[in-house]
Amino acid sequence: MEIALISPANASIFGIPAFIFSVLIPVIGVGIFTYIMNKRVAPLLKASPDFRFDRITERTINLIKLWLIQYRQPRYMLAGVLHIMIFAGFIILSVRSTSLVVIGFSEGFVLPGLNGVIGHAYNILKDYAATMVLIACIIAAVRRGFFKPKRYAVPEKYGKDHTAEAVFVLGVISTLMISESLFEASLAAAQVQGGFEAEFLAPGTLVRLFKSMLLNTPAATLQNIHVGSYFVHDLTFFFFLCFLPMGKHFHVITSVFNVFFMRLNKGNIKPVRYGVDDGKLDEIESFGVKKLEDFTWKQILDFYSCADCGRCSDQCPANAVGRPLSPRFISIKGRDHAFKKYSVLGSDQKQEELLMGSVYNEDEIWSCTTCGACEQECPLMIEYIDKIVDLRRGMVDEGMVPQSIQKPLSALEKRGNPWGKMEKKRADWTKELPKECNVKMIEKGDTSETLYFVDSITSYDDRMQNIGRAAAKILSAAGIDFGILGSLEKDSGNEVRRFGEEMLFQDLKSNNTEEIINSGVKNIVTADPHAFNALKNDYKDLPPVEHISRTIVKSIKAGKIKLKGVEDANKIYTYHDPCYLGRHNDVYDDPRAAIDAIPGIIRVEMEKYMDRSFCCGGGGLMLFYEPEEEQRMGVLRVEMAKKAGAHVIVTACPFCLVNIEDAIKVSGLEGKMEAIDLAELIEKHIEAE
Amino acid sequence: MALQIYAYILHKDGAVDDTALEMVAAAGKLDPAASLTAIVVGSKTDAVCNSLTASFKEVWKIDNDAFSYPNSEVIRGVLARIIPKGSAVLVAHDHFGMDLAPGLSIKLDGTYLPDTVGFDGIEGGKLKAVRQEYGGQVSTHVLCDISGGAVITIRAGAFRAVETSGAGGAVVDKTTDALAGGLPGGARRFIEIVQAEVGDVDITKSEILVSVGRGIGEQENIEIIKELAKAVGGDVSCSRPIVDAKWLEKSRQVGTSGLTVKPKVYMALGISGSFQHLGGIKGSPFIVAVNKNPKAPIFQVAEIGVIEDLLEFVPLLTEKINEMK
Amino acid sequence: MEILVCVKRVPDTAENEISVNSSGSDIERGDLVYSVNEWDNYAVEEAIQIRDKSGGSVTVVSVGDADSEEVLRREMAMGADKGILLSDGAFEGSDGKGLAAILKAEIEKGKYDLILTGTQADDGAGQVGGMLAAMLNLPYASLVNRIEVLDGKKIKIGREIAGGNQEMNEIDLPCVLSIQTGINEPRYVGIRGIRKVASVEIPVHGASDLGVNPGSIGKAAAKVSRVDYFVPALGKGAELLEGSIEEKVEKLVELLKSKGGIK
Repeated sequence: MEIALISPANASIFGIPAFIFSVLIPVIGVGIFTYIMNKRVAPLLKASPDFRFDRITERTINLIKLWLIQYRQPRYMLAGVLHIMIFAGFIILSVRSTSLVVIGFSEGFVLPGLNGVIGHAYNILKDYAATMVLIACIIAAVRRGFFKPKRYAVPEKYGKDHTAEAVFVLGVISTLMISESLFEASLAAAQVQGGFEAEFLAPGTLVRLFKSMLLNTPAATLQNIHVGSYFVHDLTFFFFLCFLPMGKHFHVITSVFNVFFMRLNKGNIKPVRYGVDDGKLDEIESFGVKKLEDFTWKQILDFYSCADCGRCSDQCPANAVGRPLSPRFISIKGRDHAFKKYSVLGSDQKQEELLMGSVYNEDEIWSCTTCGACEQECPLMIEYIDKIVDLRRGMVDEGMVPQSIQKPLSALEKRGNPWGKMEKKRADWTKELPKECNVKMIEKGDTSETLYFVDSITSYDDRMQNIGRAAAKILSAAGIDFGILGSLEKDSGNEVRRFGEEMLFQDLKSNNTEEIINSGVKNIVTADPHAFNALKNDYKDLPPVEHISRTIVKSIKAGKIKLKGVEDANKIYTYHDPCYLGRHNDVYDDPRAAIDAIPGIIRVEMEKYMDRSFCCGGGGLMLFYEPEEEQRMGVLRVEMAKKAGAHVIVTACPFCLVNIEDAIKVSGLEGKMEAIDLAELIEKHIEAE
Repeated sequence: MALQIYAYILHKDGAVDDTALEMVAAAGKLDPAASLTAIVVGSKTDAVCNSLTASFKEVWKIDNDAFSYPNSEVIRGVLARIIPKGSAVLVAHDHFGMDLAPGLSIKLDGTYLPDTVGFDGIEGGKLKAVRQEYGGQVSTHVLCDISGGAVITIRAGAFRAVETSGAGGAVVDKTTDALAGGLPGGARRFIEIVQAEVGDVDITKSEILVSVGRGIGEQENIEIIKELAKAVGGDVSCSRPIVDAKWLEKSRQVGTSGLTVKPKVYMALGISGSFQHLGGIKGSPFIVAVNKNPKAPIFQVAEIGVIEDLLEFVPLLTEKINEMK
Repeated sequence: MEILVCVKRVPDTAENEISVNSSGSDIERGDLVYSVNEWDNYAVEEAIQIRDKSGGSVTVVSVGDADSEEVLRREMAMGADKGILLSDGAFEGSDGKGLAAILKAEIEKGKYDLILTGTQADDGAGQVGGMLAAMLNLPYASLVNRIEVLDGKKIKIGREIAGGNQEMNEIDLPCVLSIQTGINEPRYVGIRGIRKVASVEIPVHGASDLGVNPGSIGKAAAKVSRVDYFVPALGKGAELLEGSIEEKVEKLVELLKSKGGIK
């Protein structure tokens, strides 16, 4: 039978039958790939356990939403769209790529199911896909190589710039698209020349363009292009396959797993070791992460999956103020360490390498406020907070705790609050309440339906006690029967756990849990998002917990509380989402609804709001830590409020209030900008009966 | 027999330390009937010894190049030889006294009474004295059996210096007695003094000091102190916790373990007023204290007090001063 | 190097409000929390660092009652190798010299190159170290803020003196040093660390174990004893400015101007 061109399966290169290469290249390629993958899987097998094979339905839905539909990508629009184009192209072209490999030794191979109409439809689809990928690659290459967006920059201390590698890979992908199109275009051109039936090539595709360019090329050249581009494609394809696990493009392989096994619960911290109950913690030899294998397999998989996109660091408040933390490089450095320790080249390095002091440094790890902006942003669902906490656990285990944190930790141990104030004074803030405001004192034997969990800062800090009083007045006005634990209450321990002092956290947790259960309350309300988070996500077997913003909204809806018109109609208000209320617990609407319920109030949103809210600087123990930074997070946040035209920043967290009020003073904006807590704002506007 | 009191005199570069006259006052309070002898150990101390004759009946001079830098190991050995057992020895409670005195009390077989701030009379060989405990938060009366002798260290500034004259004191050279049997204390040898880093400012020469203490809260807040200092044309100084936290250099620390200052105006912001800090303030400056704790000891020594949170008060003060300038 | 550190259990000044009890016989102890004396903690950290560099062992010793064990255990959790509790009814009421005699007896049972104490404790006396050295006939240095081991026979030390200066000395071993805060950054000891050493034995030595002369210890031998605690009557004190914060600012500016406080 006459054919337009000799296919690679039947051709010969310098006298050698080409199909030998078509077999060898895949075999060698897959062989090397397997060898590399073996090395990559090795640390995962030695790592700590992590139970992620549950809740399969949820995981599958996440997979479809976050991996297949790339739901998070458009948060950075241009890069997101480009990536969706390339990703969609890859998915579509995966079928073609598979067929191509086999075509190299079995001419005319067609995957089962792809004959007839479906086959033709697919061919058109794949041609558009390849075109789309090439366009995206060119735009991306220009963007990376020429415009160099800031978030890809590599600070000197982290080594060489990554742009060359990024552009190289775009070049590799482009090569795949071009070679595949050339392979097909050369055949189509030859078919046209030879008067044969040609495969329909859709308009606007790369392959159609190539075909028209090749219409007048001599047949012999077309033959060479045909076979040549095939093997260029084959070699590039298997080169790329082996290249993937060597760097940031490993995410191409690992992303599907990383998303499937992603974290399902938010706001909580992983146990010291999965499989070891809280009661059995004493049996663990070593706490936290000190060497690579102390991480769980999922955490190491996270390192592999980092695509170096820099979105995490771009959103990281610590990074923004010049602290030595860049979440992106937590992943990159972790990945590079794993690659070195389980090296593809030489033999595995047998020495145990302590991570702190070599891969990571202390200030870097203590700088994190656990705000969660990084995790919220990462398109690969990489988790950061648990890793930071595990590294801190390791440092605490070795006594490596910054001096500034040791005093509050010791005070928490001895007195149940970081300032070392006396337990019997924990309820003193209630003394200034009006008589009508009835607060039950559980420590004196009172009982109540609801527990108002005050937590340490609201109990002891002169300024924050106002929040406590405002909250008490709101609960009272809403007709809620509530009490406080007083001296029976200890710090919720949210930051204690996040700073790695797990045993002290367990101590605080069991004390509080016991007192809460003993009190017999049916539900808990708090105005402190850190306490809210701990009680809801880290404590177990407690009655339901809600933040006071929910209580306010419920009470207004039920008509229990009526609000009068806004005090100063000329002031513009803005709401700052606290990290532990918003991002970690998805409470965004209640506080806004509460504010908007004040008749006549004008509220604007800051540039970074809701799940992109910018951390105020951190709460709990973070108030005591002395970081190296160029300026305070609170100052940046106040500037954002100013930019939005606001005069009043409303927040729903005492720590946010501390940091923002401080920042207002440091920025010299006293008198022009003020901060107020949600409870204070609402309480001020309660219409007296 | 009447009590014999020996006062160890601190001196430097030919000048007698302020504590010398405080010793006279202390000795007077301890036992007005006692005989009081000054002990001067050093090298080329003629001037020092002579200046003491106005206030002390006897001045014992122990003069040798070996004593050019006071090594407490050596001096303790020497004093143990020449001070008669059963007498009371007064030493200032400073870094030298803390080094010298406890061991000296053992060598002299006497009782040790450290960091005393007051005397309440002797009865039957027992001395009633006043000390402080728990960082100065409480005071205590103690009964001290001095019948077999005692070494007592006196807190600087606790006894108001008494300027006396006409004691008609004689200088007695005790060097030979002191060195009989050779130089003791060879197991510890002085090498050198490492000077504190000289900062960009010498607060000992400042006329106006804006001083910050623990009440500032956080390092970043120190900005407002610097602004105030700029507004008043003064220098920033601080108390020890600020230096321990490394928020300001050691050259800015006012206190017994820091620098001694003699300003005209001293603003104590967020400073509680521990005696170690106040011990660094000499002369009688106009002291203004801003502290939100009305019970802070600083209000005992300040002339003007403001009970406010310094984080609120100071920026407003700075603003007002800049306005009127 | 064999190092012994004397530690004391004291009320935590940071986390307590110290006040005199109603009869004036003592401070109010009802609500107090206790911990290791801060200066002693710096001394233990220094001892551990020296041991880690030069080899040897660190022993912590305390004169007290059963409660003092928690302090010894905490220092052992920090890294001290051994803990010894010196406890006996006969020790009660001892003054500084009595305590030094008790410690001396324990020290003479072992062979130590370096004996450390903290510069001072809750009573602000700063006496035990100096007395110990004199009783043992060993050289002494107080307010030590730097230690450099030269060899097995001598060390170089820095002392904190006035004006922020440092007095450098060379001192022969064995010797006694009292350690000043700020010499190092003590490592953190958490609940977990203490739980890990919970079952390590801490031997208790009494008067007869030590062979100490009963006439030199206890209340009867004490030459200094407390009569009472009190809070001195406050003098007149500062003139407090009145009014709103703005009014106080105005008044203060006027006063500063008049006193030459504004250049």
